[in-house]
Amino acid sequence: ERVLFPPTFSVSEIKNKQRRHFMFQRWKQQQRKEKLALKKKRKKEREALGDKAPPKAVPKTIENQRVYDETTVDPNDEEVAFDEATDEFAPYFNRQTVPKILITTSDRPRGRTVRFCEQLATVIPNSHVYYRRGLALKRIIPQCIARDFTDLIVINEDRKIPNGLVLSHLPDGPTAHFRMSSVRLRKEIKRKGKEPTEHVPEVILNNFTTRLGHSIGRMFAALFPHDPQFIGRQVATFHNQRDYIFFRFHRYIFKSEKKVGIQELGPRFTLKLRSLQKGTFDSKFGEYEWIHKRREMDTSRRKFHL
Amino acid sequence: LSVPQVVWSMLGNRQFCSYKMTTKTQNFCRNEYNLTGLCNRSSCPLANSQYATVREEKGRCYLYMKTIERAAFPRRLWERVLLSKNYEKALEEIDENLIYWPRFIRHKCKQRFTKITQYLIRIRKLTLKRQRKLVPLRRKIERRENRREEKALIAAQLDNAIEKELLERLKQDTYGDIYNFPIHAFDKALQQQDAESESESDAEREEDDEDDEDVDKREFVEAEDSELSDFEDMDKLETSSEEEQEEEEEGEKKASHSKSKGKTPLKGPARRKRPYIEIEYEEETEPSTKTKAA
Repeated sequence: ERVLFPPTFSVSEIKNKQRRHFMFQRWKQQQRKEKLALKKKRKKEREALGDKAPPKAVPKTIENQRVYDETTVDPNDEEVAFDEATDEFAPYFNRQTVPKILITTSDRPRGRTVRFCEQLATVIPNSHVYYRRGLALKRIIPQCIARDFTDLIVINEDRKIPNGLVLSHLPDGPTAHFRMSSVRLRKEIKRKGKEPTEHVPEVILNNFTTRLGHSIGRMFAALFPHDPQFIGRQVATFHNQRDYIFFRFHRYIFKSEKKVGIQELGPRFTLKLRSLQKGTFDSKFGEYEWIHKRREMDTSRRKFHL
Repeated sequence: LSVPQVVWSMLGNRQFCSYKMTTKTQNFCRNEYNLTGLCNRSSCPLANSQYATVREEKGRCYLYMKTIERAAFPRRLWERVLLSKNYEKALEEIDENLIYWPRFIRHKCKQRFTKITQYLIRIRKLTLKRQRKLVPLRRKIERRENRREEKALIAAQLDNAIEKELLERLKQDTYGDIYNFPIHAFDKALQQQDAESESESDAEREEDDEDDEDVDKREFVEAEDSELSDFEDMDKLETSSEEEQEEEEEGEKKASHSKSKGKTPLKGPARRKRPYIEIEYEEETEPSTKTKAA
């Protein structure tokens, strides 16, 4: 009582490459046709049902499927609010301090890095660029504190391109170490506008949901003066997507109430957080709040920390 | 015919010597006991039965010597003498040990010893300074991160996100009175009507409009002329048009930067109430408009 199946053939068993290719293409076309027919049928059914049709299925995206992070900040959380009122950025957010930034590089910076530093200095108001000349960071930091700097940015360079960023909030504040990639200088940006003016830009921080993301977001916000000058119409954006922070600098203009046009000026780069340290920069004895551990943290594709 | 001479006549020019490296200009010798590093008749350790070198190991320098008497015993061929850490004393020791040796070897030994001590000093100095830590990149991980970054960029849809955020802020009135849109102003007026009486709200609206228009003029519109405007408060505008135009010129230089930038890709700002006048001609048409207005 054995059931006999007709002798089928599969496309992969044909030895001749040309014929195999041809048969495969034909099979593919058939598949596409079937898929189209299925879609049409479904659409018709949907229209036929009219109001009673079931709602459209939402496609799964990585953001949808993101593993729930227990440290996600709830906007109404009192504990978080209390923490933020008492952490190192409180003086900034209470408008007691004005940000003053020192930008520097690693030893012997090369062309791109130097130009990037200059452009970054134009983007961030009240910032100064100083060359490193072989000075140890541990000795720079007390001097900076003495001269009233609030933040220190060190851009690390490798083979003539900037590839790392250390952002340290000075009077004893947290230090964040980022990996920087896809740095575009002003002249490499297409359709860019004229130079950024001296107006204080607005700041947009997108998608910083967890506690860690929140503190990083506050670090970025503390770089810019609190009161933006809307006349300048400039906006600096830090957008976090899947643990990559994209920085853009735009000029916007409201064409109408529902429409705004933006024009990119200024450099752009992406950052990925590597570690967050509690005190100022100290690689040996620092107390690390968060380090990216590849083996443990990169296991799931839908798990993000910022 | 001495053995070293035979050796040299073979290895030096004619046959193969594995230590010899030839370049366009020079021949080098890779033998570790070579004194100068070049392939010469006098520097070849194989072709000289009496030879000496200085070599360093783990920061200490040794003087190596080779004599004819020990040529038959390869294991005992090279005699090693530890040199003192003191530079001058070590030089004296070299002289002592190589007394009655050819001048060339003595001189070259001392030169080599000097060079070695200099680079040892440099090593010790450099280790005290900060050292660059080289972290090797893992290719697979780098590729993975780059790919993920690209995908994240696409998923982020930055332009849309920024535009949305800006419009949100506009709606929530963070910009205050700077921008004046018809629906916006109408909504505001409605709210004011709900709260207060009509006449007051009208007056406020007019004032708002005027203020906004003044600011608008400075911001958006450079080639100002008020002849074709359809405002209710045109009278006020005409009288103040001259002042505005003067203010314009002052504000032009500062604002022209931002305006022209906003204009070039975006094809003109909101020109809802005025007729469209090309910006490029603003300077030329201004005097004519002034006369018109007057």
